[in-house]
Amino acid sequence: MTAASLTAARSFAATPVRPIGSVEGQRAFAFRHAGKRFGDKTVLDGIDLDVPAGQFLAVIGKSGCGKSTLLRLLAGLDRPTSGSLTFGVAEEGHSRTRFMFQEPRLLPWASVVKNVEVGLTGIATGSEARHRALDILGEVGLADRADEWPSVLSGGQKQRVALARALVGHPQILALDEPLGALDALTRIEMQQLLERIWIAQKFTAVLVTHDVAEAVALADRVVVISEGRIALDLDVPVERPRRRGSVELARLEGKILDRLFG
Amino acid sequence: MSLALPVGKNGIGWLLPALIIAGWEVASRAGVMPANVLPAPSAVAEAFWRLMLSGELIRNIGVSTARALAGFAVGGSIGFALGLANGLSTLSRGLTDTTLQMIRNIPHLALIPLVILWFGIDEEAKLFLVALGVFFPIYVNTLLGIQSVDPQLVEMGRVYGMDRRALFFRVILPGALPAIFVGLRYALGIMWLTLIVAETISASSGLGYMAMQAREFLLIDVVVLSILIYALLGKLADSLARLLERLSLGWHPAFQNG
Ligand SMILES: Nc1ncnc2c1ncn2[C@@H]1O[C@H](COP(=O)(O)OP(=O)(O)OP(=O)(O)O)[C@@H](O)[C@H]1O
Ligand SMILES: [Mg+2]
Repeated sequence: MTAASLTAARSFAATPVRPIGSVEGQRAFAFRHAGKRFGDKTVLDGIDLDVPAGQFLAVIGKSGCGKSTLLRLLAGLDRPTSGSLTFGVAEEGHSRTRFMFQEPRLLPWASVVKNVEVGLTGIATGSEARHRALDILGEVGLADRADEWPSVLSGGQKQRVALARALVGHPQILALDEPLGALDALTRIEMQQLLERIWIAQKFTAVLVTHDVAEAVALADRVVVISEGRIALDLDVPVERPRRRGSVELARLEGKILDRLFG
Repeated sequence: MSLALPVGKNGIGWLLPALIIAGWEVASRAGVMPANVLPAPSAVAEAFWRLMLSGELIRNIGVSTARALAGFAVGGSIGFALGLANGLSTLSRGLTDTTLQMIRNIPHLALIPLVILWFGIDEEAKLFLVALGVFFPIYVNTLLGIQSVDPQLVEMGRVYGMDRRALFFRVILPGALPAIFVGLRYALGIMWLTLIVAETISASSGLGYMAMQAREFLLIDVVVLSILIYALLGKLADSLARLLERLSLGWHPAFQNG
């Protein structure tokens, strides 16, 4: 674990700076006046959100404001009750969207590598699937644990397997619902660096729901705050990567978001 | 993961039975235990040898085992199929579960007089009773197993594009397997129990019949032998089920310390 995370941290630091929104002009997805009601309870009410391909978007909001609901709409687990959701490449839509849950949700009866292969359902099978799964396990630093049961892994390792599973099929869009919320602070920072590194390498669109404002400004190109079913703040984070945690710039943006949340 | 039968792993478990048998032999030889109450273990062993040589024992064990397995196959597969159907389809469950739960409350051995009226003392009677006895533990535990599969895992499977077939074989069935094994082991116990009772009451072959014949001729050593063989067969079935369980539930934390 230590060796793997050291490599992760090193290559993270060595990654070249990537221009924001590098896949020019293309749109990943767009919500238009999208709303979601459960019975007579309106959770989302007129969300307008246009996300270019390759962007790292962070979504912040108080508990119960509808962040998970928004992600479920994006992943096709639910349908909007009003408005619309369109994808840049229409025919691909939900099928190229991957979802990483707050819990690892690994199959306890499948080995680590078999769990990663779940991410290749309908994409690859047999030895090709295993090969690709082992590759991505290497990237998250768990190649040597491929044939073990998930129950013997630590919480952070399980979440890394879940990340590998989400990424192995080369998704266009990766939706992350507080995937790091249950991890301790150090593992959390390690996972953030790993996530950023893989995002830079694979160029997918990332939508990260988080409670942690520092995490949002450290990772995202753009932060939106949801409040009372609407987007209350839409903020670009024009800070070069690699970013230094706790820098003045990030702290200023963090303060702005916190003001909006509690002001 | 060790594949050894649980019996082999702790030989210490056999210490007490061995001591009991030794004590029993001593008591019989000393005349403390009259032979017409409980024959000495050596007398039982002699009876075993006699019946082995005449072929009677093997034949009766064969007949009983065939009955047990046939009844188990019929009752077990119906129970498994209905458990799956009711676990996967609310319509099927709504239609049949209440009825099944009502029937479940009738002790199946209470049906013996009725079964004899229907089938006489033919093979069907025993098959029917064993099948009925085996059906419920398998049905109830299969249903329970499927209902207790983590819905978060099912949702994960859907998000990752599993079709219904893949969802069933990769998520639902493996998740239900631990409960299904509980049902299986319970059903094996019921299988032997039902067969003993059915064969004792009405049969013209089999272990239970052998025991009843021996009782009429006061061959108490044969009676005790039959009881011991029942116990061994039951233990054997349970050990086999445990072996299967170990082989297929290797992922389960409960099976990872062996
Ligand atoms: N299936 C559902 N049926 C009814 N109400 C629901 C359903 N799903 C979510 N809700 C309600 O919608 C609201 C928003 O839920 P959601 O899970 O999106 O919140 P969240 O922002 O993700 O909160 P948290 O930060 O605590 O995860 C909550 O009030 C919740 O009770
Ligand atoms: Mg949530």
